[in-house]
Amino acid sequence: MADPEIKSYEPHHESQSAAVTESRPVKAVLMAIALAFLAVFLLLPLIVVFHEALAKGIGAYMEALSGPDTRSAIRLTLLVAAISVPLNVVFGISAAWAIAKFEFKGKAFLTTLIDLPFSVSPVISGLVYVLLFGAQGLLGAWLKAHGIVILFAVPGIVLATIFVTFPFVARELIPLMQEQGNGDEEAALSLGASGWQAFWYVTLPNVKWGLLYGVLLCNARAMGEFGAVSVVSGHIRGLTNTMPLHVEILYNEYNAVGAFAVASLLAGLALVTLVLKTLLEMRYGAELAATRGH
Amino acid sequence: MEVRVANVRKEFERFPALHDVSLDIKSGELIALLGPSGSGKTTLLRLIAGLERPTRGKIFFGDEDASQKSIQERNVGFVFQHYALFRHMTVADNIGFGLKVRHGAARPSGQEIRRRALELLDLVQLSGLEKRYPAQLSGGQRQRVALARAMAIEPKVLLLDEPFGALDAQVRRELRRWLREIHDRTGHTTVFVTHDQEEALELADRVVVMSQGRIEQVGTADDIYDTPNSPFVYSFIGESSSLPVKVENGEVWIADRPIGLQAPHAPPGEAVLHFRPHDVDLLDGCSGCIAGTVAASRRVAGTRRVELEVGGERRRVEIELPVDHPAAQKSRVAFRPRRWKLFPAS
Repeated sequence: MADPEIKSYEPHHESQSAAVTESRPVKAVLMAIALAFLAVFLLLPLIVVFHEALAKGIGAYMEALSGPDTRSAIRLTLLVAAISVPLNVVFGISAAWAIAKFEFKGKAFLTTLIDLPFSVSPVISGLVYVLLFGAQGLLGAWLKAHGIVILFAVPGIVLATIFVTFPFVARELIPLMQEQGNGDEEAALSLGASGWQAFWYVTLPNVKWGLLYGVLLCNARAMGEFGAVSVVSGHIRGLTNTMPLHVEILYNEYNAVGAFAVASLLAGLALVTLVLKTLLEMRYGAELAATRGH
Repeated sequence: MEVRVANVRKEFERFPALHDVSLDIKSGELIALLGPSGSGKTTLLRLIAGLERPTRGKIFFGDEDASQKSIQERNVGFVFQHYALFRHMTVADNIGFGLKVRHGAARPSGQEIRRRALELLDLVQLSGLEKRYPAQLSGGQRQRVALARAMAIEPKVLLLDEPFGALDAQVRRELRRWLREIHDRTGHTTVFVTHDQEEALELADRVVVMSQGRIEQVGTADDIYDTPNSPFVYSFIGESSSLPVKVENGEVWIADRPIGLQAPHAPPGEAVLHFRPHDVDLLDGCSGCIAGTVAASRRVAGTRRVELEVGGERRRVEIELPVDHPAAQKSRVAFRPRRWKLFPAS
């Protein structure tokens, strides 16, 4: 168990010695390169998104957003996030709890497995479900016999989204819980709390900011996922199109205003996420420090 | 509440941490588990608490077998070395936690919980700090809050795991005296773990000395210090000197000379003599004594320690002399242990 008094999270930014400080011109060049990259690759596209979306005025923008297919895409995206994020919270907390608080065989393997969605291409993640649930797939015949539709419908989209997003919450919580150890829970139990009470009153409050951070990232990814969802969705307008898929369709139909209007919503989501993330880091930096490394 | 540990064995993944340990703790007693790290003292404490289950053996609270009870059912107050205070709760909420999580009729009203918390805060002399968070307290204050929190559930037994281990020397001494006072006032049966012998000897009614998963000796500070019953206790508690000797005809010999110690009950043959450096009589002449040449001498506070080379093998032993004793300068010193013990040669 770490002693809270001898912990120091803050890296010493301010105390750089003269020996590792570059000369002024070098500094200027490095900063210019970084800023140029930011401008070209991040800022410019962002501006373009909003510029194109509003190219024909605010009226056209609002109209593009209120089309029935667009509204259905927004609803579907919200629905998918509303299902997959809570499920990932449950999974993330249980996995983090198991990994951080218990010793068992195959722990290292489980930890690696959680990272799988990060290392595999989202298209493959989608394809896996096609192979599993598709008409020719492993479970295809059985599903069809029982009248269960997964592929090219909402369940398939939810499954693919969960697959792609499930590392987020777990990855935030594992290092945090590992660092905190079992001491607080043992104290709670010794005071008569049940396992559930210890979790609710002690464990959860101890990790709440890390959890929120994980949920934020998980939600952003769930709403923005394209590859995996694209494979399993079937692109049925008004039915199985999420916002990212809808953007692609509109764009392919040369409906620039429509495409960029929906894209601006996604970009807005990204900005909101970024602001919240920064606020969280500023306010609870110390508590999140253990999870920052990625 | 009496606590009885009966033939308890504990293994961690086949590695034994405790071998067949038995211990009777009297009601109202303040008892210390003392030993080096890895001696099993914390494991024993956690077994009594119910944080671990014994591999074999039983633990009784009074006449009741508590071995299979969960930690919640045992109703013990546990104080952790690193306090384990709930960082997101105020001091008052921390202390009241044990009452808040009770169910049904056993759970006091919010007002009552608060009253009790303030009362306990007063007992641990921290009145006025109830709205602080743990991060706003010093180490010593946190440990006091931890103790108040443990006492709030009116535990049958109070268990403290190296309670002062993370504090600096000054605060440790202060809290030690304070814990003794609290114990005398509340009368809880209290067990605490420490690796600090001064703490154990000063604070506890009885000290349990442990080593390598076994209890070496149980006794009062006087018992443990004056009549250690094993070479380990001799060397672990206080200072000790030892010399290889021989027992013949009920007498103790070093090489070919008797040293004037009678050991009528010791088995004849090789043995090791243990004694305390300060527990010796200095002699002038030497017929039946231990004699040695001064090899080193150093001043230790109010006394002088000299290192003697004894016998043909020039074994070194330490004895203590008064600062102004002429023997300290003499090249040859003769002495005889006043209190001593023989152990079989290993």
